[in-house]
Amino acid sequence: MMSHARLSPRQYMILGLVAVSAPLGDTCLSRGMTNLPAITLSHPGTLIAAVFTPWIAVGIALLIGFFASYLTALSWADLTYVLPATAFGNVIVALLSRFWLQEPISLERWSGIALITLGVGFVAQGPSLTVRPEPAVQVEAVVEQEQAR
Amino acid sequence: MTIPYPAAQPGLWSATAMIAAIVLASTAGEVLTAAAMKSVGDLDDIRAHSGLKGAIRAVLTCPLFFAGVSFLALAFFSLLFALNHLNLSLVAPASASLTLVTNAIAAKLFLKENVDRRRWTAAVLVCVGVYLLAH
Repeated sequence: MMSHARLSPRQYMILGLVAVSAPLGDTCLSRGMTNLPAITLSHPGTLIAAVFTPWIAVGIALLIGFFASYLTALSWADLTYVLPATAFGNVIVALLSRFWLQEPISLERWSGIALITLGVGFVAQGPSLTVRPEPAVQVEAVVEQEQAR
Repeated sequence: MTIPYPAAQPGLWSATAMIAAIVLASTAGEVLTAAAMKSVGDLDDIRAHSGLKGAIRAVLTCPLFFAGVSFLALAFFSLLFALNHLNLSLVAPASASLTLVTNAIAAKLFLKENVDRRRWTAAVLVCVGVYLLAH
Protein backbone atom coordinates (compact mmCIF):
# COMPACT_ATOMS: atom_id res chain seq x y z
CA MET A 1 0.00 0.00 0.00
CA MET A 2 1.27 3.44 -0.89
CA SER A 3 1.38 5.78 2.07
CA HIS A 4 1.27 9.47 1.34
CA ALA A 5 2.04 11.12 4.67
CA ARG A 6 3.00 14.21 2.67
CA LEU A 7 1.42 15.02 -0.63
CA SER A 8 3.57 15.60 -3.70
CA PRO A 9 3.32 18.92 -5.60
CA ARG A 10 1.43 17.02 -8.33
CA GLN A 11 -1.13 15.83 -5.76
CA TYR A 12 -1.58 19.38 -4.45
CA MET A 13 -2.16 20.43 -8.06
CA ILE A 14 -4.91 17.81 -8.40
CA LEU A 15 -6.54 19.08 -5.16
CA GLY A 16 -6.32 22.60 -6.62
CA LEU A 17 -8.08 21.37 -9.77
CA VAL A 18 -10.79 19.77 -7.59
CA ALA A 19 -11.31 23.11 -5.83
CA VAL A 20 -11.32 25.34 -8.91
CA SER A 21 -12.93 23.30 -11.69
CA ALA A 22 -16.33 22.59 -10.06
CA PRO A 23 -17.33 26.18 -9.19
CA LEU A 24 -15.86 27.54 -12.45
CA GLY A 25 -17.75 24.87 -14.41
CA ASP A 26 -21.00 25.77 -12.62
CA THR A 27 -20.38 29.46 -13.33
CA CYS A 28 -19.83 28.74 -17.05
CA LEU A 29 -23.04 26.66 -17.20
CA SER A 30 -24.99 29.38 -15.42
CA ARG A 31 -23.61 32.07 -17.74
CA GLY A 32 -24.30 29.95 -20.81
CA MET A 33 -27.85 29.09 -19.78
CA THR A 34 -28.83 32.67 -18.90
CA ASN A 35 -27.59 33.83 -22.33
CA LEU A 36 -29.99 31.40 -24.04
CA PRO A 37 -33.66 32.11 -24.68
CA ALA A 38 -36.03 30.21 -22.31
CA ILE A 39 -36.10 26.48 -23.04
CA THR A 40 -39.48 24.75 -22.88
CA LEU A 41 -40.38 21.07 -22.69
CA SER A 42 -42.19 21.38 -26.03
CA HIS A 43 -38.82 21.95 -27.76
CA PRO A 44 -36.40 19.57 -25.99
CA GLY A 45 -34.06 19.72 -29.02
CA THR A 46 -32.94 23.21 -27.96
CA LEU A 47 -31.44 21.64 -24.81
CA ILE A 48 -29.22 19.40 -26.96
CA ALA A 49 -28.22 22.40 -29.08
CA ALA A 50 -27.35 24.27 -25.85
CA VAL A 51 -24.60 21.69 -25.15
CA PHE A 52 -22.67 22.94 -28.20
CA THR A 53 -22.70 26.64 -27.29
CA PRO A 54 -19.23 27.81 -26.13
CA TRP A 55 -19.95 28.64 -22.46
CA ILE A 56 -21.87 25.41 -21.82
CA ALA A 57 -19.29 23.28 -23.66
CA VAL A 58 -16.51 24.83 -21.53
CA GLY A 59 -18.63 24.31 -18.38
CA ILE A 60 -19.19 20.62 -19.18
CA ALA A 61 -15.47 20.14 -19.95
CA LEU A 62 -14.57 21.73 -16.58
CA LEU A 63 -17.07 19.50 -14.73
CA ILE A 64 -15.67 16.38 -16.43
CA GLY A 65 -12.21 17.59 -15.36
CA PHE A 66 -13.55 18.09 -11.82
CA PHE A 67 -14.91 14.53 -11.61
CA ALA A 68 -11.69 13.01 -12.95
CA SER A 69 -9.49 14.94 -10.51
CA TYR A 70 -11.94 14.28 -7.62
CA LEU A 71 -11.79 10.52 -8.27
CA THR A 72 -7.99 10.67 -8.51
CA ALA A 73 -7.77 12.57 -5.20
CA LEU A 74 -10.07 10.05 -3.49
CA SER A 75 -7.80 7.23 -4.65
CA TRP A 76 -4.94 8.52 -2.44
CA ALA A 77 -6.56 10.76 0.19
CA ASP A 78 -9.37 10.44 2.74
CA LEU A 79 -12.87 11.70 1.89
CA THR A 80 -12.73 14.00 4.94
CA TYR A 81 -9.46 15.46 3.54
CA VAL A 82 -10.77 16.02 -0.01
CA LEU A 83 -14.18 17.51 0.85
CA PRO A 84 -12.89 20.74 2.45
CA ALA A 85 -10.88 21.27 -0.78
CA THR A 86 -14.10 21.16 -2.81
CA ALA A 87 -15.66 23.69 -0.41
CA PHE A 88 -12.60 25.95 -0.79
CA GLY A 89 -13.54 26.37 -4.46
CA ASN A 90 -16.47 28.54 -3.34
CA VAL A 91 -14.00 30.86 -1.62
CA ILE A 92 -11.92 31.15 -4.80
CA VAL A 93 -15.03 32.02 -6.84
CA ALA A 94 -16.19 34.58 -4.26
CA LEU A 95 -12.76 36.24 -4.28
CA LEU A 96 -12.65 36.19 -8.11
CA SER A 97 -16.08 37.83 -8.27
CA ARG A 98 -14.93 40.45 -5.76
CA PHE A 99 -11.59 41.41 -7.31
CA TRP A 100 -12.16 40.55 -10.96
CA LEU A 101 -15.85 41.30 -11.49
CA GLN A 102 -15.89 43.98 -8.74
CA GLU A 103 -19.01 42.45 -7.14
CA PRO A 104 -19.53 43.56 -3.54
CA ILE A 105 -19.26 40.90 -0.80
CA SER A 106 -21.38 41.28 2.35
CA LEU A 107 -19.91 40.95 5.85
CA GLU A 108 -21.80 37.64 6.20
CA ARG A 109 -20.01 36.26 3.13
CA TRP A 110 -16.61 37.51 4.30
CA SER A 111 -17.12 35.60 7.55
CA GLY A 112 -18.08 32.50 5.51
CA ILE A 113 -14.84 32.87 3.51
CA ALA A 114 -12.83 33.20 6.74
CA LEU A 115 -14.45 30.11 8.32
CA ILE A 116 -13.92 27.90 5.23
CA THR A 117 -10.30 29.03 4.90
CA LEU A 118 -9.71 28.33 8.60
CA GLY A 119 -11.32 24.86 8.27
CA VAL A 120 -9.25 23.99 5.20
CA GLY A 121 -6.11 25.15 7.01
CA PHE A 122 -6.94 22.81 9.93
CA VAL A 123 -7.37 19.76 7.67
CA ALA A 124 -4.41 20.52 5.41
CA GLN A 125 -2.04 20.48 8.40
CA GLY A 126 -3.03 16.91 9.28
CA PRO A 127 -2.32 13.63 7.47
CA SER A 128 -4.05 13.14 4.10
CA LEU A 129 -4.70 9.42 4.48
CA THR A 130 -5.69 7.18 7.39
CA VAL A 131 -2.85 4.68 7.65
CA ARG A 132 -4.12 1.16 8.29
CA PRO A 133 -1.99 -1.80 9.30
CA GLU A 134 -1.68 -4.35 6.47
CA PRO A 135 -4.05 -7.28 7.03
CA ALA A 136 -1.98 -10.36 8.00
CA VAL A 137 -3.49 -12.50 5.22
CA GLN A 138 -2.46 -9.98 2.55
CA VAL A 139 1.06 -9.75 3.93
CA GLU A 140 1.36 -13.56 3.85
CA ALA A 141 0.13 -13.61 0.24
CA VAL A 142 2.70 -10.99 -0.77
CA VAL A 143 5.49 -12.91 1.02
CA GLU A 144 4.43 -16.13 -0.76
CA GLN A 145 4.44 -14.33 -4.11
CA GLU A 146 7.89 -12.96 -3.45
CA GLN A 147 9.16 -16.42 -2.47
CA ALA A 148 7.67 -17.98 -5.61
CA ARG A 149 9.71 -15.60 -7.82
CA MET B 1 -33.24 29.90 13.75
CA THR B 2 -36.41 30.74 11.85
CA ILE B 3 -36.71 30.20 8.15
CA PRO B 4 -39.19 32.50 6.44
CA TYR B 5 -41.50 30.81 3.94
CA PRO B 6 -43.78 32.44 1.40
CA ALA B 7 -47.41 31.26 1.69
CA ALA B 8 -47.17 28.84 -1.26
CA GLN B 9 -44.05 27.12 0.10
CA PRO B 10 -44.31 23.67 1.69
CA GLY B 11 -44.31 23.35 5.48
CA LEU B 12 -41.29 22.90 7.67
CA TRP B 13 -41.61 19.09 7.76
CA SER B 14 -41.79 18.62 3.98
CA ALA B 15 -38.93 21.09 3.50
CA THR B 16 -36.87 19.15 6.07
CA ALA B 17 -37.72 15.85 4.34
CA MET B 18 -36.66 17.19 0.93
CA ILE B 19 -33.34 18.53 2.23
CA ALA B 20 -32.78 15.31 4.22
CA ALA B 21 -33.30 13.28 1.03
CA ILE B 22 -30.61 15.31 -0.79
CA VAL B 23 -28.20 15.08 2.16
CA LEU B 24 -28.67 11.30 2.65
CA ALA B 25 -28.40 10.45 -1.05
CA SER B 26 -25.35 12.62 -1.55
CA THR B 27 -23.63 11.27 1.59
CA ALA B 28 -24.25 7.69 0.43
CA GLY B 29 -22.94 8.63 -3.01
CA GLU B 30 -19.77 10.31 -1.72
CA VAL B 31 -18.97 7.51 0.73
CA LEU B 32 -19.55 4.74 -1.86
CA THR B 33 -17.46 6.62 -4.45
CA ALA B 34 -14.66 7.12 -1.90
CA ALA B 35 -14.80 3.41 -0.96
CA ALA B 36 -14.71 2.52 -4.67
CA MET B 37 -11.63 4.65 -5.30
CA LYS B 38 -9.84 3.20 -2.25
CA SER B 39 -10.55 -0.32 -3.54
CA VAL B 40 -9.28 0.61 -7.03
CA GLY B 41 -6.01 1.95 -5.58
CA ASP B 42 -3.80 4.95 -6.39
CA LEU B 43 -4.98 6.16 -9.82
CA ASP B 44 -1.68 7.97 -10.45
CA ASP B 45 0.19 4.66 -10.02
CA ILE B 46 -2.30 2.80 -12.24
CA ARG B 47 -1.95 5.48 -14.92
CA ALA B 48 1.83 5.30 -14.71
CA HIS B 49 1.71 1.52 -15.26
CA SER B 50 -1.15 1.01 -17.69
CA GLY B 51 -1.91 4.46 -19.11
CA LEU B 52 -5.08 6.55 -19.04
CA LYS B 53 -7.14 3.74 -20.62
CA GLY B 54 -6.02 1.38 -17.87
CA ALA B 55 -7.01 3.90 -15.18
CA ILE B 56 -10.43 4.47 -16.78
CA ARG B 57 -10.92 0.69 -17.09
CA ALA B 58 -9.97 0.20 -13.41
CA VAL B 59 -12.63 2.74 -12.34
CA LEU B 60 -15.35 1.53 -14.72
CA THR B 61 -14.95 -2.13 -13.72
CA CYS B 62 -15.56 -1.35 -10.03
CA PRO B 63 -19.20 -2.10 -9.05
CA LEU B 64 -18.98 0.18 -5.97
CA PHE B 65 -18.25 3.11 -8.31
CA PHE B 66 -21.58 2.61 -10.10
CA ALA B 67 -23.40 2.33 -6.76
CA GLY B 68 -21.80 5.65 -5.75
CA VAL B 69 -22.64 7.38 -9.02
CA SER B 70 -26.26 6.10 -8.81
CA PHE B 71 -26.66 7.69 -5.38
CA LEU B 72 -25.02 10.92 -6.62
CA ALA B 73 -27.53 10.94 -9.51
CA LEU B 74 -30.34 10.34 -7.00
CA ALA B 75 -29.03 13.29 -4.95
CA PHE B 76 -29.04 15.46 -8.10
CA PHE B 77 -32.66 14.59 -8.91
CA SER B 78 -33.71 15.13 -5.28
CA LEU B 79 -32.06 18.55 -5.55
CA LEU B 80 -34.03 19.31 -8.73
CA PHE B 81 -37.23 18.15 -7.02
CA ALA B 82 -36.54 20.30 -3.95
CA LEU B 83 -35.73 23.33 -6.14
CA ASN B 84 -39.15 22.93 -7.71
CA HIS B 85 -40.76 23.51 -4.29
CA LEU B 86 -38.24 25.52 -2.25
CA ASN B 87 -36.02 28.57 -2.76
CA LEU B 88 -32.49 28.06 -4.07
CA SER B 89 -31.19 30.31 -1.27
CA LEU B 90 -32.46 27.77 1.28
CA VAL B 91 -31.80 24.45 -0.50
CA ALA B 92 -28.27 25.05 -1.82
CA PRO B 93 -26.56 26.24 1.39
CA ALA B 94 -28.53 23.91 3.69
CA SER B 95 -27.79 20.76 1.68
CA ALA B 96 -24.16 21.69 0.89
CA SER B 97 -23.28 22.48 4.49
CA LEU B 98 -25.16 19.61 6.16
CA THR B 99 -23.58 17.14 3.70
CA LEU B 100 -20.12 18.09 5.02
CA VAL B 101 -21.03 17.04 8.56
CA THR B 102 -22.92 13.86 7.57
CA ASN B 103 -19.96 12.92 5.33
CA ALA B 104 -17.57 13.26 8.27
CA ILE B 105 -19.82 11.00 10.38
CA ALA B 106 -20.26 8.47 7.55
CA ALA B 107 -16.52 8.50 6.72
CA LYS B 108 -15.74 7.64 10.35
CA LEU B 109 -18.43 4.94 10.60
CA PHE B 110 -18.17 3.25 7.22
CA LEU B 111 -14.76 4.15 5.78
CA LYS B 112 -13.08 3.93 9.21
CA GLU B 113 -11.27 7.20 8.47
CA ASN B 114 -9.37 8.75 11.33
CA VAL B 115 -11.70 11.74 11.87
CA ASP B 116 -9.79 13.37 14.72
CA ARG B 117 -10.60 16.60 16.56
CA ARG B 118 -8.84 18.58 13.84
CA ARG B 119 -11.13 17.18 11.13
CA TRP B 120 -14.31 17.54 13.22
CA THR B 121 -13.46 21.19 13.86
CA ALA B 122 -12.76 21.70 10.17
CA ALA B 123 -16.05 19.99 9.16
CA VAL B 124 -18.05 22.28 11.46
CA LEU B 125 -16.13 25.44 10.42
CA VAL B 126 -16.50 24.66 6.70
CA CYS B 127 -20.18 23.73 7.23
CA VAL B 128 -20.99 27.10 8.81
CA GLY B 129 -18.74 28.87 6.29
CA VAL B 130 -20.45 27.30 3.26
CA TYR B 131 -23.85 28.21 4.73
CA LEU B 132 -22.84 31.85 5.22
CA LEU B 133 -21.17 32.08 1.80
CA ALA B 134 -23.99 30.48 -0.18
CA HIS B 135 -26.90 32.01 1.73
